Amino acid sequence: MSTDTPTLTGTAKISVRDTRKTFALKDEEFVALDGVSLDVADNEFVTVVGPSGCGKSTLMNIVAGLETPTSGQVLVDGAGVTGPGPERGVIFQQYALFPWLTVRKNVEFGLKVAGLPAAERRERSEHYVRLVGLEQFADALPKTLSGGMKQRCAIARAYAVNPSILLMDEPFGALDALTRVRLQEQLLDTWSTEKRTVLFITHDVDEAVFLAGRVVVMAARPGRIHEVIDVNLPYPRTEEVRLSPEFAELRNRVWRAVYHQTQTQTKN
Amino acid sequence: MTTSTVSTPTPARNGSPPRRRAGKHATLLTLNAVSIVGGIGVWWVLALTGLQLPTPPEVLAKGIELAASGTLAEDLLASLGRVLAGFLLGSAAAIPVGFLMGWYVPARGLFEPWIQFFRTIPPLALLPLVLVLMGIGELPKVFVIFLAAFLACVISTYQGVVSVDRTLINAARVLGAKDGTIFLRVVVPASSPFILVGMRVGLGSAWATLVAAELLAAQAGLGFRMQQAQTYYDLATIFVSIVAIGVLGLVMDRLLLLAETRLTGWQERR
Repeated sequence: MSTDTPTLTGTAKISVRDTRKTFALKDEEFVALDGVSLDVADNEFVTVVGPSGCGKSTLMNIVAGLETPTSGQVLVDGAGVTGPGPERGVIFQQYALFPWLTVRKNVEFGLKVAGLPAAERRERSEHYVRLVGLEQFADALPKTLSGGMKQRCAIARAYAVNPSILLMDEPFGALDALTRVRLQEQLLDTWSTEKRTVLFITHDVDEAVFLAGRVVVMAARPGRIHEVIDVNLPYPRTEEVRLSPEFAELRNRVWRAVYHQTQTQTKN
Repeated sequence: MTTSTVSTPTPARNGSPPRRRAGKHATLLTLNAVSIVGGIGVWWVLALTGLQLPTPPEVLAKGIELAASGTLAEDLLASLGRVLAGFLLGSAAAIPVGFLMGWYVPARGLFEPWIQFFRTIPPLALLPLVLVLMGIGELPKVFVIFLAAFLACVISTYQGVVSVDRTLINAARVLGAKDGTIFLRVVVPASSPFILVGMRVGLGSAWATLVAAELLAAQAGLGFRMQQAQTYYDLATIFVSIVAIGVLGLVMDRLLLLAETRLTGWQERR
């Protein structure tokens, strides 16, 4: 198959094509991703949910360019991914803030790498620090921040370099339930003003449904896409949406998709 | 607009309240003082009950005498000069070598056997060889001190580079940083705590090596003074030298500790 022939999905922002990733484990081969194909449209918010070991983080790392697929390819804006790039911002579960830099300096890191003059860096960082509500903590070191604040800082840092895509790997996974809900709402707020294509990895079914326009449910052993569920709920997603029967129904559908595959998995 | 009407920033948490910590600190200081005074008291009692020790006032008098004659200052300067020269050269060489070993696998393969080999040899054990090859001037002493400081610091720096969090490197990569930038802006700061610990260990090791080296071959210095005093059965001078070595070593260690706190205060304490 020639890769330069445009397919039906030629307009996709992110196009994952028949991507396979294997790791060598002692004498057997572990299949992390088995022929995964997925298209994400421009400015779409897609969540990926699945049991541990389903390869969802591997998928994200491949799109980020931090790992290379064993076969298949990933296209971003029609061009093959060969490594990380500033047009794809990544937010890690462990925050990955530079602990020796203040909030502001963390946000400016990517701008400094890009060679922006100091005044412009400052202006951009002010904007994004304010956008995530950390203006009072701009000169604080990460060690003085709570988990939620650290992740907001990481989100500001990713936004600052103006990526067209945000890749988020269980960003709220280490936070308590209340902080998590607040950050979900805040993320959607930010996303509604500064639209980006988002690929969001999570193991939390509620989170997957609340945020997404489309939920991709993955299965493990081998890692593959099990089901793709459209979330036809209106944005902005308010608390009303979260408590609505439509939300509950979708949530249950996604839950079953994740849960029943886990059952069949345990039978093996 | 957008932002965080919902999010209330939580203030930084800092363990126990400051007052309780201050109280604990004062108690510790008091106990330190009691211990020092008590220790001197025990020494005094032992000196008076027939052990062949000089009493604290005798040592003090000797110290004043040596200070007044300029001998003490001369010895201090000689010893400090050697240790600082060896320590600074050793650290200056160790940091780049440690970085190379941590960052480039070929460098690791080439350097590691030699460093592991020499690490098992106390630098002093090389002194006879070094004295033969380099004569009895300043050079051999500075060289063994250099070796002591270098070996302590290089291992630590290498460990620091190897243990830099992969996620931080990935975070820099996805923000567009290339290898050179990652090295300067991520690897160097992330490994600075290790380097400073290595420097502190190196300084301790350098100081120990210095005094021993002076005992064997020197014309001035604290170790040399003790060696001289030994032949004249001058215990007071030996005590003065021991106290000077201890105090100086402590002061240098505290200075590095201060630098460490200043430079690596960003670390999260678990």
